[in-house]
Amino acid sequence: MASKFINITLKIWRQKNSQAKGSMETYKLDHVSTDSSFLEMLDQLNEQLINERKEPIAFDHDCREGICGMCSLYINGRAHGPDTGITTCQLHMRMFKDGDTIYVEPWRSAAFPVIKDLVVDRSAFDRIQQAGGFVSVNTSGRTIDANSIPVPKTDADKAFEAAACIGCGACVATCKNGSAMLFVGAKVSQYALLPQGKVEAKNRVLNMVRQMDEEGFGNCTNTGACEIECPKGISLENIARMNREFLTAALSNED
Amino acid sequence: MALTGLFLCLFLVGHLLGNLQLIFITGEEGKRAFNEYAYFMTHNPFVKVLSYVTYLSILFHAIDGFLLTIKNKKARPVPYAYNNPGANSSTPSRYMALLGSLILIFIVTHMANFWWKMKFSSDPMPLHQVVVANPQSGAEETFYITHTGDYVPTSAFVGEGEMPAAMEVRNGTEFYLKEVNLKRGEGYKDLHSVVLSFFGQDKTKDGVPEKNEMALFAVLFYVIAMMVLAFHLWHGFASAFQSLGLNHKAYNKMIKMAGQTFAIIVPALFAIIPILLFMNK
Amino acid sequence: MSILDSKIPEGPIAEKWTNHKNRLKLVAPNNRPKIDVIVVGTGLAGASAAASLGEMGYNVKAFCFQDSPRRAHSIAAQGGINAAKNYQNDGDSIYRLFYDTIKGGDYRAREANVYRLAEVSGNIIDQCVAQGVPFAREYGGMLDNRSFGGVQVQRTFYAAGQTGQQLLLGAYSALSRQIGLGRVQMLNRHEMLDLVLVDGKARGIIARNLVNGEIERHSAHAVVLASGGYGNVYFLSTNAMGSNVTAAWKAHKKGAYFANPCYVQIHPTCIPVHGTNQSKLTLMSESLRNSGRIWVPKKKEDAEAIRAGQLKPTQIAEEDRDYYLERRYPAFGNLVPRDVASRAAKERCDAGFGIEANDTNEGVYLDFASEIKAKGKQAAFAQGDHDPSEEKTIELGKKWVEEKYGNLFQMYEKITDENPYETPMKIYPAVHYTMGGLWVDYNLQSTIPGCFVAGEANFSDHGANRLGASALMQGLADGYFVIPYTVSNYLADEIRTGKIPTDSPEFDEAEKKVKDLIQKFLTNNGSKSVDHFHKKLGLIMWNKVGMARSEQGLNEAIQEISALRDEFYKDVYVPGNADELNPELEKALRVADFLELGQLMARDALQRKESCGGHFREEYQDAEGETLRDDENFKFAAAWEYKGMDINQSELHKEDLKYEYIKIAARNYK
Repeated sequence: MASKFINITLKIWRQKNSQAKGSMETYKLDHVSTDSSFLEMLDQLNEQLINERKEPIAFDHDCREGICGMCSLYINGRAHGPDTGITTCQLHMRMFKDGDTIYVEPWRSAAFPVIKDLVVDRSAFDRIQQAGGFVSVNTSGRTIDANSIPVPKTDADKAFEAAACIGCGACVATCKNGSAMLFVGAKVSQYALLPQGKVEAKNRVLNMVRQMDEEGFGNCTNTGACEIECPKGISLENIARMNREFLTAALSNED
Repeated sequence: MALTGLFLCLFLVGHLLGNLQLIFITGEEGKRAFNEYAYFMTHNPFVKVLSYVTYLSILFHAIDGFLLTIKNKKARPVPYAYNNPGANSSTPSRYMALLGSLILIFIVTHMANFWWKMKFSSDPMPLHQVVVANPQSGAEETFYITHTGDYVPTSAFVGEGEMPAAMEVRNGTEFYLKEVNLKRGEGYKDLHSVVLSFFGQDKTKDGVPEKNEMALFAVLFYVIAMMVLAFHLWHGFASAFQSLGLNHKAYNKMIKMAGQTFAIIVPALFAIIPILLFMNK
Repeated sequence: MSILDSKIPEGPIAEKWTNHKNRLKLVAPNNRPKIDVIVVGTGLAGASAAASLGEMGYNVKAFCFQDSPRRAHSIAAQGGINAAKNYQNDGDSIYRLFYDTIKGGDYRAREANVYRLAEVSGNIIDQCVAQGVPFAREYGGMLDNRSFGGVQVQRTFYAAGQTGQQLLLGAYSALSRQIGLGRVQMLNRHEMLDLVLVDGKARGIIARNLVNGEIERHSAHAVVLASGGYGNVYFLSTNAMGSNVTAAWKAHKKGAYFANPCYVQIHPTCIPVHGTNQSKLTLMSESLRNSGRIWVPKKKEDAEAIRAGQLKPTQIAEEDRDYYLERRYPAFGNLVPRDVASRAAKERCDAGFGIEANDTNEGVYLDFASEIKAKGKQAAFAQGDHDPSEEKTIELGKKWVEEKYGNLFQMYEKITDENPYETPMKIYPAVHYTMGGLWVDYNLQSTIPGCFVAGEANFSDHGANRLGASALMQGLADGYFVIPYTVSNYLADEIRTGKIPTDSPEFDEAEKKVKDLIQKFLTNNGSKSVDHFHKKLGLIMWNKVGMARSEQGLNEAIQEISALRDEFYKDVYVPGNADELNPELEKALRVADFLELGQLMARDALQRKESCGGHFREEYQDAEGETLRDDENFKFAAAWEYKGMDINQSELHKEDLKYEYIKIAARNYK
């Protein structure tokens, strides 16, 4: 792996806090290794800013291996940058060329207000989960034996594929409508596909969708952008399944 | 959106089949068939119900789409400084609201051109006439055709010198014997001629309907509108299935193919009619 | 007699936990809402504990520094979770899991705790399935299992390479349910900066709201710490960037003993370091060792040529490769436990056979070529082709590998830009897990009454080395099945206490100390960033308190860290303000604690004059370079008592480990 070094220009959204007005600022960064990850490049920029006694750029990140869902960033007009199937922390600088100008912005959504610079508040996702994203079973450990209800492998696999969602919010960020239906659809699907989740399926989908609407997310118009940009490749099938679940639940709701 | 959208797709098919008579059946037979069809469509109670459902669908589809668009705009108050949506979605899918609005404008003008005239206009519609040569004299006489298939000479509606006309048209289409106040029959509104004139053919009788001097623009407008419709359907057809939860690995490709085929063929056939009419003027 | 009372219940080991539970005190349902409990951390242990306590009816406040409880680093565990279900009918049992864990931990774990862990392991799987965790299944609809390093049964349950994620999301869903019901108050983006003791009992915490910088007081009748491990003391590790020791360290400074800090697990299969700006190391699942063969060139000149880019690994002939694990450990081969595999890699690289062209030449090959050929041939035979061409064999073999490890191979390629189907992976050990942690008794209570510690943050179950797929098991066992009982037992005496006021002098003092420290950092006006110091600390730790330790190196480390700490307080520059989101300030507060912990780790390693599990002292090895344990003198858990900033003053307390049910023996994987 031959290391190369490139010089880049960055245009980055800076915003002091949630109340302040923000703007795009320009930074030059030299000698960036193409083996660096995108976030390591930002570390390097921050080190440079600190040495210049300027305020470093705040951005969310944690595991840096593409699973915690904490990193975000809208890079050159795309959620998690130009590569697909990865999060920003897995994006590497070899995707860019010497002399490139790179735009870096926070997720833009009414439901994800900016906290500072590139950091946004995604607690709306937590609240949707709290509205019904669970199976109501107490944690006694005295449930029935794990193998007493066989689950068809295809259902289990599909439930897993839906459950692979990392809750990063790229779907919302990339959707022209700021819709969270891929996120909610994935959660609804995971439980709808498993016998353990079926009992509460109707209330779950109604409650989660209600909460989703209250949070101010937009509606799905099936552009399919979320599926393309989702780092975990969550399928649109999950949105369809949620629609199905929602329609049947809404039509048969007795409350 | 999905249900109304799919219903409107069905409506498009029905409408198209009716329209295709304009080019597939020619001459007097075509005119008669088309005008009879127009009469049927405006008088059959079942069709009437269906038409109200269609009006409501259009309204609902437009209003719901409008509200949806507003809500979706609100969901992203601050736009991206740099965005590259082309990387992850098709162009039509991102402009459904705009395409829909253009289609709505088209529908309004389209209805003003034909539907309004047919139903409400204070200007009376021309009635279906047929010219027959008198087998004895060889002179050409003009008749109205009634629903019962009778021929009523148009001359009966015109006075001659001191003599007043024997008959008159009441309520746009009903033929009355003036003296005895008796209905003799009912004529067909001649939508066929209205359409043909609109697209540039010279069908005027005594200046009714007026020949459209701007027919070329009318044709162009209709063709462009159908292209817009094609783009709208390109995304909308399959999208409706997804919204209704009909997504299955085994059928997704088929639905998409069907949608795209529909999106090309239906608007294309619609568009071809004014073009042919215009070329045959 | 040690002052450490492990409170191990009497009776036969298989009945200890049941008998103990039967005797623990209870809090009546109507009294529970009057009692507050704080849970710090929302990983597997924290989320499950908070959910269970909330469910019981206590007033729970849960804290995490991330933006959501779902992000805790448990999420990154790939391989699986062990449970003695014996679904595969291969002779597994609670006793065997117990035995394997004790042996894997090199006989440095407490028997009673480990037995309990094995005992409740089955419940974890039942619980998770009931919660809708989508474990992998077979075509018959039953749960699937895979095997893992160091054991001879198939007892690992998994969900592709994302088992930790699925389990954490399961615990998060249970927690979310309680938050939705109002029984747990969740405080995201909050970091605990001190533990508050009133009359010697843990009565609350000081936390900083990371968004607006506010220093908050939170009181409770008991505090549960589930704040994870301290691997980030090495700067480069497989831990998340935010993982830190601060919560545990503050408790340590307030009187909780810190046990076995020198036990660190170095995972053998991570992607090697590539450059100075690297921020973290990425793990490649242990499961890869099922199919990959680890090797370096036999000839030094070949290794040099590879590093210089003149030779490719595929050009090295079979007879010129040294499959050193297969050579040294023929019985277990590439599937020896983690500590053994890691040390063997280091041994080869130190001897000059490393193949990675980085500063330290540290890297070895993990080669799938043999497996691709073998599986390709199998697949061809299965298709009825008994004489497949070379190309067809390789094509089918690659397909098999892709099915099994596709996502890992893709991840590797994204990071390194090399295709592991064509050329062997480069790997090297990296810091992964810390077996040490706050000392706890059988009830998971630290030496501070009312301060409980769960998950990786405590020291209790893994001894000197953790087996693969056991961390997830421990986190959930602690949170779901132990903490609810033992915390209730403690709280039974608190029903008359009433609300703990937060305006007491103890809270005043703790808050002032936190505020002063923050003020000090912000006005320090030094010249170097926090990362500068953290990286330096990491290098000292990696080189001298890493995979191989020596008396001299450890003494040097203590000195060097001491000097580095002085320099840190003098010269660190922390930009920004106290009343805003300030990641640099967060880092400074964490590194300050790492600088103390690092020293304690070195001191602990220094006193442990033996080699065991993850702790390898160069002076204590046999002729073949294997670990030499000294059961005579070191069969104890080392619990350190804090006595001020000078770590040399910290006092060592020993908890003797008694092995009544397992015969203590040398670990042998040959």
